[in-house]
Amino acid sequence: MTSLLAAATAKVDTGDTAWMLAATALVLLMTPALGLFYAGLVRSKNTLNTFMMSIGAIAVATVMWALVGYSLAFDGEAPIIGGLGHAFLHGVGFEPRAGTTIPQLVFFAFQATFCIITTALVSGAVVERMRFGPFLVFAALWSVLVYAVMAHWAFGGGWLMAQGTLDFAGGVPVEMGSGFSALAAALVVGARKDWGRQALLPHNAVYVLAGAGLLWFGWFGFNGGSGFSTGHSSVLAFTNTLLTPACTLAAWFVLDLIRGRQITAIGAATAIIVGCVGITPAGGFVSPGWAMVLGAVVALPSYAVIVWRPRTRVDETLDVLAAHGIAGFTGILFIGFFAQLAWNDAADGLLYGDAGQLGSQAVAALAAPVYAFGMTYVLLRALGALMPLRGVDHDEAIGMDVIHHGEEAYATGEGAILITPEGTVEEALAVADPV
Amino acid sequence: MKLVIGIVRPDRANDVLEALYRAEVRGFSLSRIQGHGGELERVETYRGTTVKIGLAEKVRFEIAVSDEFVQPTIAALCDGGQTGEVGDGKIFVVPLERVVRIRTGETDHGAVTPVGT
Repeated sequence: MTSLLAAATAKVDTGDTAWMLAATALVLLMTPALGLFYAGLVRSKNTLNTFMMSIGAIAVATVMWALVGYSLAFDGEAPIIGGLGHAFLHGVGFEPRAGTTIPQLVFFAFQATFCIITTALVSGAVVERMRFGPFLVFAALWSVLVYAVMAHWAFGGGWLMAQGTLDFAGGVPVEMGSGFSALAAALVVGARKDWGRQALLPHNAVYVLAGAGLLWFGWFGFNGGSGFSTGHSSVLAFTNTLLTPACTLAAWFVLDLIRGRQITAIGAATAIIVGCVGITPAGGFVSPGWAMVLGAVVALPSYAVIVWRPRTRVDETLDVLAAHGIAGFTGILFIGFFAQLAWNDAADGLLYGDAGQLGSQAVAALAAPVYAFGMTYVLLRALGALMPLRGVDHDEAIGMDVIHHGEEAYATGEGAILITPEGTVEEALAVADPV
Repeated sequence: MKLVIGIVRPDRANDVLEALYRAEVRGFSLSRIQGHGGELERVETYRGTTVKIGLAEKVRFEIAVSDEFVQPTIAALCDGGQTGEVGDGKIFVVPLERVVRIRTGETDHGAVTPVGT
């Protein structure tokens, strides 16, 4: 995020505000899009539960963000965590947020959508077995203890920002924050009961592609809005959000061809995510040319982790670590090499003469995984001591949709008997009545 | 020759397949069906509509075997399909009058013996 310290008398700019209102809506769309993407990747009996984890994140993360999260992330510039001056939205109104030309209310809403999507991302590690209630409790606490803290470090004037780490749209709190938390969550919650014994396959690749497409669409608001204006950095990040994922897709096709002689659809959907993640931290800092190079570069480590992970005993189910943690790590480091003052008005990377920037990026690339993994591990262990995080094997066999929601994604109504409001049962069987 | 029909839980289908493979029963058909066998009905709610779901998803195996394979097939279905709770399914064994392998026109014992054994 650029920290151009505008004068205290900065005015609200209508053009900037108009774009940020639209960008906020774009980013909110990413969470249902993620729900669709994740729902396609699980078995049909867990479709709704998986989708509902993303929808549930909208509920709990928004509430927590308004109560304390926003304040802890964006009130004051203490090194570790912000203050409580904006708790319960105190003082969040129409006057411009310091350093921007948009009302603080818009700034708050825009940042809220980041907290929501990041919280939803972590669900990918625990789908198909974690109980819904404990997940909501976890999501509420995680959005404050992990996301708000890391957002403060990288965006809110915390120690990473102060020591010069460049993170345009959230390589630290969003991508590494979710990715390495996902690894911890998978370890604490444990593998699905059939993991490693049966093939657990995605049930609808079309959902996966449609979800990835919608995520990409929303990502233009995510990256393009992270300059909080319609200025150069926003324009650059917006266009880079087209270039990088397109190059990641092309690179993924090549990797797929080398590995299996076929270009896969779910691989393509994954490539879109990996590309978008890669450009997230770097969007406003690298030239379009380097953004295209980043697209190809970011594919390699994430692809390697996706191939390697199923051979381990870790059931990090939907590869949040590979797609977000590892790609975010790559993007953060990439800035250290290829940032260009001529394009970003902020700093040069190693290639343009400032080796120190690479150091600042490396600090973030080490600190973010350690904090996200450690805090999530402790949080889930503590939560697990208070309530069971997962149900019995029998529940898992039946599926989370029926067990936790009392609904099915693909209900046919065959054999369903209406229960009337009076509590009597009408014998309205859809099947032929044997007389 | 008998036709062994095994109706099992969908989430046990893979275990049944494994058990059949180990019992060297190689030829079968599998279909997804809905059925009711005395298990508890579950209640689902869609907005204001609450329904009792009387039919459960099941998987039906149909396996035509020669007489010496009847017992191993039944054992495999029980092995793979059993959870101990109501709703594990049933096995029906019915006599077979005639079997024809379409490709070769082989009949009866020759037709129920998998290729290559």
